[in-house]
Amino acid sequence: MSLVELHAIHKSFGALEVLKGIDLSIDEGQVIALIGKSGSGKSTLLRTINGLEAIDDGVIMVGGKKISERDTDLLALRLQVGMVFQQFNLFPHYTALENVMLSPQVVKKQSKPEAREIAEEMLTKVGLADKMMHYPDQLSGGQQQRVAIARALAMKPKVLLCDEVTSALDPELVNEVLAVVRQLAEEGMTLVMVTHEMRFAREVCDKLVFMHQGRIHETGDPEEVFANPKTPELSSFVGGLA
Amino acid sequence: MAYKFDFGAIVPHWELLVDGMILTTELTVIGAVVGVGLGIMGAWARASRAPVISQIVGVYVELIRNTPFLVQLFFIFFGLPALGVKLSEFQAAVLAMIVNLGAYSTEIIRAGILAIPQGQIEAAQSLAMNRVQIFRYVVLLPALKKIWPALSSQIVIVMLGSSVCSQIAAEELTFGANYIQAINFRAFEVYFVVTGLYLAMSILLRMGLKVLGNFLFERRRHV
Repeated sequence: MSLVELHAIHKSFGALEVLKGIDLSIDEGQVIALIGKSGSGKSTLLRTINGLEAIDDGVIMVGGKKISERDTDLLALRLQVGMVFQQFNLFPHYTALENVMLSPQVVKKQSKPEAREIAEEMLTKVGLADKMMHYPDQLSGGQQQRVAIARALAMKPKVLLCDEVTSALDPELVNEVLAVVRQLAEEGMTLVMVTHEMRFAREVCDKLVFMHQGRIHETGDPEEVFANPKTPELSSFVGGLA
Repeated sequence: MAYKFDFGAIVPHWELLVDGMILTTELTVIGAVVGVGLGIMGAWARASRAPVISQIVGVYVELIRNTPFLVQLFFIFFGLPALGVKLSEFQAAVLAMIVNLGAYSTEIIRAGILAIPQGQIEAAQSLAMNRVQIFRYVVLLPALKKIWPALSSQIVIVMLGSSVCSQIAAEELTFGANYIQAINFRAFEVYFVVTGLYLAMSILLRMGLKVLGNFLFERRRHV
């Protein structure tokens, strides 16, 4: 059974229909890349998966259970589905360690030592054991993003959504973040990522989803899709990048 | 004949001024603490997605910000007894100050809340935090930090505005001054000294609020 299933998702911003009936299932351990031109709806789709964007029509199922718009359902959904953002979005008034500890403490009601242990473990995992007491503005972009990943992981989500996690980084900092994402993929974490890193997508992902004008235009194994794009749109998208 | 200044004429009444300063301080401290608390709740309601509550708070804010403090005070002290709510001078004065500061600080704190980047709130939502948790742990402190200078000024304004409470015979500093000059007719001397006292209290209050701000917003590791 799929971890997350999306059926016939529709979403409009005013008169603009951004998602025009999306079906997507995310299986446990799968690493999915959402690619496409800007405005194709890939970020919006990602944000519907954890309820940051309310959908107009369609069904989202997590673990076989339908998610409604009620707050309790949304909170239950978000316990399963973590997210990392393009702009890191660390809380500026907390240290790296406090950023990671906050939600386990207040949401999961873990004790301070318990939360601290998990936070230290996660920050060590992303290579920041020596930066735990730093505030976000004392960290580089790559370091901030790795704290954000640790923060999401500390909630032990079943799925991690990554929204262009390297797009705001200086080129020399991209690799340290991608290395962490790659490590997560290798450990079997279920990942859905919107990315412009095509080489990375090709190497790490199991499934490529190409979006075009609010629809899933083409999907399949990354090697296959990149080597033999079936549609002219994907062909030109891939060609335009090369 | 030139006026002969006699500041010594105030000396026998010094206790009135000290008592007045104490009462002014009490009014200000209670008014500021409860008023800012009210402002935090009001700002949260204004920024929340509940339209009815937001509008009710909006009406309260506009009502208070567009009417004179003196009239608000008179309404509470002279008007409310008609509804069976009879308050002492002190109670009426402190309530008027709370209601007044509550409205102004609602708008000030709301500006701070609106200045929190949406991404911070989305990150907190993605961590499964509920609205109360997000407000308490993610929004409130950075929001207060952004508007602390403006809020501090408003608290000083309310402290100075408390002089109006002399009009309902709340025995604060201005009341004391009025009383002394009515006895010794030394208006210049009395109000000159009282001006200095208000100035000193304002400066002290500003310094105190700055220290409080430094304490609240300094980088303290919680673990």
